[in-house]
Amino acid sequence: MAAQLGQFALALAWVVTAYSVVASILGIRLKHDKLIASGRNAALGTAVCITTAIICLGYLFAVSDFSIKYIAAHSNRDLPFYFKVSSIWGGQEGSLLFWGWLLTVYSALVIMQNWRKHSSMMPYVTAVLMLTSLFFTSMHLFAVNPFNQTVIVSAQTSPLPFVPRDGNGLNPLLQDAYMVIHPPMLYLGFVGFAVPFAFAMAAMVTRQLGDTWIRTTRRWTMVAWMFLSIGILLGGKWAYHELGWGGFWAWDPVENASLMPWLIGTAFLHSVMVQEKKGMLKVWNIVLVIMTYIMSIFGTFLTRSGVVNSVHAFAQSSIGGYFAAFIVIALSAALYLLFDRLPYLKSENQMESIVSRESSFMFNNLVLLAACFAVFWGTMFPVISEAVKGVKITVGAPFFNKVNVPIAIFLMFLTGVGPLLAWRKASTNSLKRNFLGPALIALAAGVVLYARGVQHFYAWLSLVMSIFVAITIVREFYKGAKARSVGTGETFIEAVVNLTLRNTRRYGGYIVHVAFVLLFIGWSGQAFTTDASSEMGVGDTLSLREYTLRMEKLGIEDTPNYSSDKATVSLFAYGNKVANLFPERRVYKAGQEPQPTSEVAIYSTVRNDVYVVFAGATPGGKKAVIQVFYNPLTMWVWIGGIVLVIGTLIALLPNKKTPVRKRQQTESKEEPKNVETSVS
Amino acid sequence: MKRKQLKFAVGSVVIVLTLSYLAYSGYQESKTYYQTVPELYAMKDNAYDKRLQVSGDVIPGSIKRDGKIVTFVIGAEPQTLQVKYVGKDPLPDTLIDRATAMATGRMGHDGVFVADTMLAKCASKYEKEAAAGVQISKKSN
Repeated sequence: MAAQLGQFALALAWVVTAYSVVASILGIRLKHDKLIASGRNAALGTAVCITTAIICLGYLFAVSDFSIKYIAAHSNRDLPFYFKVSSIWGGQEGSLLFWGWLLTVYSALVIMQNWRKHSSMMPYVTAVLMLTSLFFTSMHLFAVNPFNQTVIVSAQTSPLPFVPRDGNGLNPLLQDAYMVIHPPMLYLGFVGFAVPFAFAMAAMVTRQLGDTWIRTTRRWTMVAWMFLSIGILLGGKWAYHELGWGGFWAWDPVENASLMPWLIGTAFLHSVMVQEKKGMLKVWNIVLVIMTYIMSIFGTFLTRSGVVNSVHAFAQSSIGGYFAAFIVIALSAALYLLFDRLPYLKSENQMESIVSRESSFMFNNLVLLAACFAVFWGTMFPVISEAVKGVKITVGAPFFNKVNVPIAIFLMFLTGVGPLLAWRKASTNSLKRNFLGPALIALAAGVVLYARGVQHFYAWLSLVMSIFVAITIVREFYKGAKARSVGTGETFIEAVVNLTLRNTRRYGGYIVHVAFVLLFIGWSGQAFTTDASSEMGVGDTLSLREYTLRMEKLGIEDTPNYSSDKATVSLFAYGNKVANLFPERRVYKAGQEPQPTSEVAIYSTVRNDVYVVFAGATPGGKKAVIQVFYNPLTMWVWIGGIVLVIGTLIALLPNKKTPVRKRQQTESKEEPKNVETSVS
Repeated sequence: MKRKQLKFAVGSVVIVLTLSYLAYSGYQESKTYYQTVPELYAMKDNAYDKRLQVSGDVIPGSIKRDGKIVTFVIGAEPQTLQVKYVGKDPLPDTLIDRATAMATGRMGHDGVFVADTMLAKCASKYEKEAAAGVQISKKSN
């Protein structure tokens, strides 16, 4: 029943979406208001249809209806409930439906929020969003329908199809809390970039090429960027916890797929500021928003189709052709429109000096794009080389690191310098005033770091640069807050808070920059990872740096979902016991042949992580093969992620208005004591 | 005006050239020829001097562990390849009988492929297996 309802909702969604596109465009061409309104209502109706479909799919998972192929392939009866829910996006059909669902929900929100304010643009915005939605709905319906019936015909018993008694189970690697939350975050990011793209297209069609479209979509872009960042970092966290190789980033095609739109989206977030302030880079911003959108679609395509790294490439997946066609059509249409509208996109200013805010933004954009290009090239190299030379050549981590590490450090340098440079041209004096102090302190710290053994060049440079940037940002807060507390009589802390709330975009941005300082510290630590491994029976010990592990117990644990070899290991730091760790090796029961997965145990501090893997058991099971990694500073990557979210959320807040300050001034006059304490 | 734009052009070109050089050297360092087992044998002597990634399905029952060194056979009869894994990282859990393995390393003159990196099907590429799994589950019925 739920399956039929879901199937019907999908079919209805397709019709309604197609109608919405046609009605919106025709309506505005014929200046027919009722038709335009009808197109809008249809777009909202699409959201209702796809929501119904996804609820149906969730229900089918909840009741374990294995007559549906997708459920049978991705769930089993003993799977915990929350994993059943997350199985919705555990496979191809469901994750694409989820993508499509988020898109329709986003579209509905955008339409409701902006319909009155931007009445001339909105029909086109609706049309562009619904065209994207039509593409996804077509795929749901015709290529990867999640509501297809299980078709198993067993020749031995009966010629009729039957329903399997139990499902195949969710991939054990996906049975992890981070995997419940990682895909939705990533998709919220991917999908979100459709909104600025739709507005850019609408702006071009209606020739309203001022910065309205940029101001309107600023928050949407930041929200999308934030979710994408969270998605990428959670993916890293998942890999770190679940894959058991000791790291969180491996330049895997699927990781790269999420990084590419992020890189261009980051460039876009920065370069729009140049357009808002100086009326420059108008064409460039349109190009960036088109690329971000295309990369989001392409990223979904890479993740879902298995073009790269899959042995049977294109032929295997039916959706490759759909994606390729959609990308080509969307890209050509967008670029055609751009060329046609070039006369409306004249720059109002020109670059005046290489040492200026504009110029720092330009270099930021240049290297972010270079990074994206390198990642794209490296990811697609097997496909490209096969097409050109007939041999598949893959490139590995050294390629990606060699290009991207220097780019990242250069970006960190710009992060420190850019925000403090003046627009147009920065004077030599201001350079000295702003940067001499921080640069000297950072260099002094660099000498100390070198003396204390940080002798890996890039790691050293990255740490020195991080310190430099941290100082410039702290000083910005300090200077602003000090001036404010003198002017208003607020305490220093109050002044910091109010300063931030009155210019959320600037100070929120600084906080995001701080997040990157922390992320860089975490990444730099990875240059100093060491590891050891040993076969350990009960009572055996293994030492690594200041840590010692002692095997206490080897046992077997059995649950309905899996059985596991479990070790109890005591961890000692400098001879003192600090933790009990329980690395496991699980075998999940559902599905085909048993496949062991490692559940790593991690002891995490701000200085370093001890990462223990139950890599295998010796024949007879008397000893466990234990591998242990010593990963310095890893926790800072996750802390950086949290700060990134806080900073972006602050930047999303509307600015607190000036009258607030006046009220505070009068308040502080009534309490003169407060002024004295805060000034001193 | 012209001189200022020249400065930007020079700056950009320097950056792009530096990155291109880094990309090229990274490419030289890590490029790996991707082959299936029959393609590997078709390379004949060329197979010995390149870094290769060979893919093939693991022949059931061929995985043998000796401490940290693991050997197994991939491919399909009659063209099979003995692989010896000597890498630092633990072998991926996904490396089981019939899984598609991708071994990266060099071909030895003794006919054994020495791999330092192993991949065996990534989590998000689970579709083929899942489809296969449904068929397998019919046996239990």
